[in-house]
Amino acid sequence: MVQLTLPQNSKVKKGKTWPKPQGATNLRAFRIYRFTPEEEGNPRWDTYWVDMDRAGTMILDVLIYIKNNIDPTLAFRRSCREGVCGSCAMNIAGRNTIACTKGFEELPSGEVVIAPLPHQPVVKDLIPDLTNFYAQHAYVQPFLKTSTPTPEKEWRQSAEDRTKLDGLYECILCASCSTSCPSYWWNGDKYLGPAALLQAYRWLIDSRDEATGERLDDLEDPFKLYRCHTIMNCTQVCPKGLNPAEAIAKIKHMMVERVA
Amino acid sequence: MSGTKRAATRPLSPHIQIWRWHISALASITHRITGGALYFGTFLIAAWLVALAISPEAYAMMEGFITSIPGKIVLFLWAVAVLFHLYNGIRHLIWDGPGIGFSPKVASQVSTLIYVLAILSAAALMFAAGAF
Repeated sequence: MVQLTLPQNSKVKKGKTWPKPQGATNLRAFRIYRFTPEEEGNPRWDTYWVDMDRAGTMILDVLIYIKNNIDPTLAFRRSCREGVCGSCAMNIAGRNTIACTKGFEELPSGEVVIAPLPHQPVVKDLIPDLTNFYAQHAYVQPFLKTSTPTPEKEWRQSAEDRTKLDGLYECILCASCSTSCPSYWWNGDKYLGPAALLQAYRWLIDSRDEATGERLDDLEDPFKLYRCHTIMNCTQVCPKGLNPAEAIAKIKHMMVERVA
Repeated sequence: MSGTKRAATRPLSPHIQIWRWHISALASITHRITGGALYFGTFLIAAWLVALAISPEAYAMMEGFITSIPGKIVLFLWAVAVLFHLYNGIRHLIWDGPGIGFSPKVASQVSTLIYVLAILSAAALMFAAGAF
């Protein structure tokens, strides 16, 4: 349901401001969401001053700088540091993206606010619990489903049919899109969200897949697919430049076409 | 507090409190708000027609409100709402039909265009009706 305010235990309080590094001339403030499950009390905003001459160019570099030089207790997920793994997705300056490919010079001037992916349960600091998100991905059964006997060598696909998967298979499951969607915020338990639906479409139009009808049946209810109102946040934020909104529109088309 | 007990009381991360809006999302919520406004605006039209049916005096009173400054403001906002909803409705048809206009850049540009067009054409309509 639509709840514009945060629950009592989730309201973010003012935290501490960490001391500025000595002798730095190019300082920038980062206000970061902090929550420690072992401690009582609400989440808080901590402010860190970062020496931008020493921190590197990406927001992930800034976080690593803070963890190495200011506060080792800051927790965040990261792995590949080059936009492939999707681990470091978070809300940076009000928009979801992956920290490793977001340069701080691309951001609006002034203090940079960094928070976990929106409207998710927080495990610690910038780490959200994405159990529901992954379960939705599993729900669309993102694997080839066939009923004809398996060919001796491989399931063949024309080059033309293969190009239909471009712009769909590249999804890294970072969850930036789904957690940017107000529809997903209010109905994330019933609406599958842009990431899972993009993945559903990827299998719906795969020329080798033989479960198209079943897959459409699985999306046919008032919520799973149709809670998309083309708000476009998903496509606006996708760090891989994919277009979940368009994929969802195409699924809606398939729904209409099979009835017609 | 133990880990498992704490897991049940995990805080919800901030959402609308921190979000920096794209104009495309703003256009989406404006579409919904104008849709709601039109629903109530229809009562005004009904009131106008009812006044017409009741008596010349009732009609004159309604006319008096419509031509007053607050009345003109209401009419202007209602015209903006009608036109915004119309233009954005057409955009929804284009999204759902031919399925074009999904790139982030185009979606943002068209959103801006719809706001500008709705306000300008509402103003033109008021001007044509001799409201200012």
